[in-house]
Amino acid sequence: MYVLLFALGALIALTVVFGAILGFASVKFKVKADPLVEQIDNLLPQTQCGQCGYPGCKPYAEAIANGDDINKCPPGGESTIKQLADLMGVDAKPLDSAHGQEDVKKVAFIREDECIGCTKCIQACPVDAIMGASKVMHTVIIDECTGCDLCVEPCPVDCIDMVPLTDTNWKWDALAISVKNIN
Amino acid sequence: MKSISKLFVSSPHTRTGLTTNQVMRTVCYACIPGIAAQTYFFGWGVIVQALLCIIVALTAEAIILSLREKPVRATLADGSAMLTGLLIALSIPPLAPWWISVIGVSFAIIIVKQLYGGLGFNLFNPAMAGYVVLLISFPVAMTNWLPVQQVMTYDISFLDCVSSIFTGFTLDGYSVTQLRIAVDGITMATPLDHFKTQIDLGLTASEITASPIYGDYGGTGWEWVNLGYLIGGLLLLKQGVIRWHIPFAIIASLFTFSLISYSITPDLSLPPMISLFSGATMFAAFFIATDPISASTTIRGRLIYGAIIGALIFMIREWGGYPDGVAFAVLLTNLAVPLIDYYTKPAVYGHKAKV
Amino acid sequence: MHSELSLIEQVKSGKLWDIPGGIHPPERKSLSNSTKIDIIPLSPFYYVPIKQHIGNEGKLLVKVGEQVLTGQPLTDAIEGLSLPVHAPTSGVIKDITPHVSAHPSGKPEITIVIESDHKDTVFTTKPIKNWQTSEAASLTKHIQSMGVAGLGGAAFPTYVKTNPTKDIKLLIINGVECEPYITADDVLMRYFANEITQGINILQHMVQPELVVIAIEDNKPEAIEAIKLAVKDQDTIEVRVIPTKYPSGGEKQLIEIVTGQEVPSKSIPADIGIVMQNIGTCFAIKEAVIDGKALIHRVVTVTGESISRPQNLWVKLGTPISDLLTHCGLVAEQDQRLIMGGPMMGFNIMDTMMPVVKSTNCILAPSEYNLPSFGVEQACIRCSLCSDACPVNLLPQQMLWYSKAKDHEKLEEYNLADCIECGVCSYVCPSQIPLVQYYRSSKVEIKQEKEDKIKSDKAKERFETRQLRLERDKQARLLKHKESADKRKKALEKDGNAKDKIAAALARAKAKKASTGETAPISADAQTTNTQDKVAAAIARAKAKKQAQADSETTATVSSESQDSEVGSAEAVEAKSAEQIKKDKIAATVARAKAKKLKQAAENKEQGESN
Ligand code: SF4
Ligand code: SF4
Ligand code: SF4
Ligand code: SF4
Repeated sequence: MYVLLFALGALIALTVVFGAILGFASVKFKVKADPLVEQIDNLLPQTQCGQCGYPGCKPYAEAIANGDDINKCPPGGESTIKQLADLMGVDAKPLDSAHGQEDVKKVAFIREDECIGCTKCIQACPVDAIMGASKVMHTVIIDECTGCDLCVEPCPVDCIDMVPLTDTNWKWDALAISVKNIN
Repeated sequence: MKSISKLFVSSPHTRTGLTTNQVMRTVCYACIPGIAAQTYFFGWGVIVQALLCIIVALTAEAIILSLREKPVRATLADGSAMLTGLLIALSIPPLAPWWISVIGVSFAIIIVKQLYGGLGFNLFNPAMAGYVVLLISFPVAMTNWLPVQQVMTYDISFLDCVSSIFTGFTLDGYSVTQLRIAVDGITMATPLDHFKTQIDLGLTASEITASPIYGDYGGTGWEWVNLGYLIGGLLLLKQGVIRWHIPFAIIASLFTFSLISYSITPDLSLPPMISLFSGATMFAAFFIATDPISASTTIRGRLIYGAIIGALIFMIREWGGYPDGVAFAVLLTNLAVPLIDYYTKPAVYGHKAKV
Repeated sequence: MHSELSLIEQVKSGKLWDIPGGIHPPERKSLSNSTKIDIIPLSPFYYVPIKQHIGNEGKLLVKVGEQVLTGQPLTDAIEGLSLPVHAPTSGVIKDITPHVSAHPSGKPEITIVIESDHKDTVFTTKPIKNWQTSEAASLTKHIQSMGVAGLGGAAFPTYVKTNPTKDIKLLIINGVECEPYITADDVLMRYFANEITQGINILQHMVQPELVVIAIEDNKPEAIEAIKLAVKDQDTIEVRVIPTKYPSGGEKQLIEIVTGQEVPSKSIPADIGIVMQNIGTCFAIKEAVIDGKALIHRVVTVTGESISRPQNLWVKLGTPISDLLTHCGLVAEQDQRLIMGGPMMGFNIMDTMMPVVKSTNCILAPSEYNLPSFGVEQACIRCSLCSDACPVNLLPQQMLWYSKAKDHEKLEEYNLADCIECGVCSYVCPSQIPLVQYYRSSKVEIKQEKEDKIKSDKAKERFETRQLRLERDKQARLLKHKESADKRKKALEKDGNAKDKIAAALARAKAKKASTGETAPISADAQTTNTQDKVAAAIARAKAKKQAQADSETTATVSSESQDSEVGSAEAVEAKSAEQIKKDKIAATVARAKAKKLKQAAENKEQGESN
């Protein structure tokens, strides 16, 4: 009987001590984490293209936080999915092709002599990357353009092209070089 | 007429001649002195087992590779499966029944190697994992080591060995257990095994080592086998296939612990030299623990890795339930490798304290 | 820690340190170092890329068709890290166009094509005879205007290094040349030791180091002899013979060998009081200052087993490689590889029209037998041969793992950034894994990721600002609507209270009228819901439409004449007709676009059918 009580007592004492230590540690060493939505949003590419089915990356981030799948963002592609998987503690899965394919980075380019200045693209651009006013030629600020594609559709005269960014860093990819015969 | 069609473009544009296939093959060749000694003392069974295990290993690997839809021929040619088979064959008793070899090798190749992702991805040393599974599952068959031929009652021929492995009996109808009866009529065990049982019976170390199964500085026969592997290992060192750190650390650590123990309790401990030249000590130090995939990769890490293995071998032999602890020691230390590697990362250039 | 004094003392003591790892590949230098430096005949065309160095390209000074002279500047250095390029020979500028660049990717870069007039008429030279008394700043400027860049391989603008912001204790002259096959520096030291020494003296004058150490590998006894002879009277210059081992010639490795010190990660040697210059650069400095010649030629080793006359040549920058190969007699084998630079760090030549640039030290045409290339990549067996050989003490096998997994965080933890891409790990790997290839792609990916992060943060901010603005606009619109609705309601109530019930109908009509007048320009449909009378609604709509049209016409007038404050009626009419023309144009464009879309659809269909 005495032994049993002693054991119990010891266990309780241990529980109290470790509980106190843990409690103290969690207060003392608390890491100030961003709210989950913020963290997810930070991983998304911010292309704001809506391919995920949400009107922008932030809404998709909220949806993920609420349990939506993590594989719906084509611009982010595999690397984003992997990071999201790490953050959410789930398995990375391949990109859901229903939402599109991962593509090279592009920016919009307005063929300026054809632009009629209808401002439709300005209204469509989620990041205000198009400059211009009613009836005057519009132009894309390349540095600001996320390549979301949203301005292409509204243009009544089809003068917006998505051109691949030429200045991407070459990744030592032999296939990216046009191989020529020598000698 | 000439075109550059390389898939990768980065320098360097050349490499040394040494290839992985050669590394594996060299290790196999370096086993030859050991195999020769083992065959001389333990009979043709060693050779038969080696052939059997290699064939099983290659077959198992081929089957799994084709199931995984990987290139079969190229991967078989890398020699790693052959090496695993050979190492298992050299670890099990020469007259162990054929199904023991098949199970052990298949387990090593299929589960330990391929299911972990194939060459380069296995956490554990496949040969030792296979061996341990056998040891745990079939303890009797796995400890049925014959005494060296020179103290055996019966002479067994090559065909006897084949027959014994595949049917359990020699051509004359003797079972392995019968074969183990030595000249003086008592069942023989390996020197390490014998030492353990005799110590438990209360004999002193010097009384035990007076038995004919002990030679001048190891088990009779076993000392030559160990010497064979030592020579093979030194060859490997010379060829640059293995580095000195792991074997050195294992031998040094095992010797140190044995010496300490022997000087404290000379009656209860195996003399250090017998420790080094019995069982699978040299085999482990040069051929098993140096398996690069499951060993530590940093220089300090390799020394620590070897030292832990040496210590574990000593502890298992001294206090454990099994006579020889090589396989367990290696596997246990394999587990610690990621940790060892992580904490022994060398200081990268430019990351020392600022000048 | 070493004190400043002991650094120089220690170096003076002649002690050498060892670097971890390293390899001894077959040197094969004797192929090309037995003859004097020859001069290659003039080529018909020269291709001078306007950017041949690390930093920004200069501003173009010449136009197509212009006549230029040998050494005439073609570009002018701009702000920041920048160097000019000069005409390698006299002739006419044929073209300024993208041309295959001397870069592993061969990506076309803006190149000035000069058609040689075979006279090689020299542009005025600007020697600085009295450099001993000139200020360092003016010399620095001169060296920049002469286009001098590091000739060891990286082509870092030299003027930056001659103008250090820190106090420099030690100047190391790198004559190690540890790459197999290359002998350009070797022969330069043999035959131009005095010129090199003059260059070093200019550097001494500019950087004011306490000591100069010339480091040469012990496999170049003739060069060591020549240099020793040239500097024997100068007690601040020491020659240090170091053991042959690749990659001793790496900047950081050589510093470690000579001083035992490490350049801290992400720092430059100047941070620990050391500057390093290449042998060839010293020669170029001498030519720039004493002879007043711009950097338009350099020594290039043309070698390899497939070259029938391997040798070192004075080559004018811009010479296409094909001319070098013809001159030295390339006998190509099956799948002949051509490499610019050495076998360890050079790159494949994609196109023999690639020009020789400031960083080109070697053109290598090896045979497969002597320089075996990589076979099929096998699995890493974690044999650690790579980590044992890495001169930086990295763990290539771990980095390979994380590089394949694209785990950039781990790669940074394993200090991928400190990899000098020396190629030692790939060289020793028995599994024939092109490790450096993996690291290079990963490095670019990491860089890209960081750039993307900056961009996406910006996009996020802009998106959020826009959302805010849209929200604000929406609120403002709602408020406005609400206000006008309130007004209407009030007016109604007021009217209702003031007049009797008989007048109510009239009042309602009035109110309707009032509200119509107010809201018509905004939305014609909005008030129809309020309107009970369908006729009134129709009128209102018509009115609104008219109003809207009038509105848009005024805006058109205003916008087309926005600069002019006095809008005359005649001008307005003109503007209107202009507007009409523009509208027609728009209609035409829309029609065109539609036609295009139709055609595309048809084509798609056709394709679909043909498939
Ligand atoms: S699909 Fe487009 S909008 Fe959706 S998260 Fe990805 S980038 Fe953002
Ligand atoms: S310019 Fe077009 S493609 Fe670029 S961000 Fe705006 S809407 Fe997207
Ligand atoms: S040398 Fe090759 S096989 Fe060996 S550990 Fe390094 S990467 Fe792996
Ligand atoms: S290339 Fe990088 S990782 Fe490989 S040996 Fe050189 S420094 Fe080390």
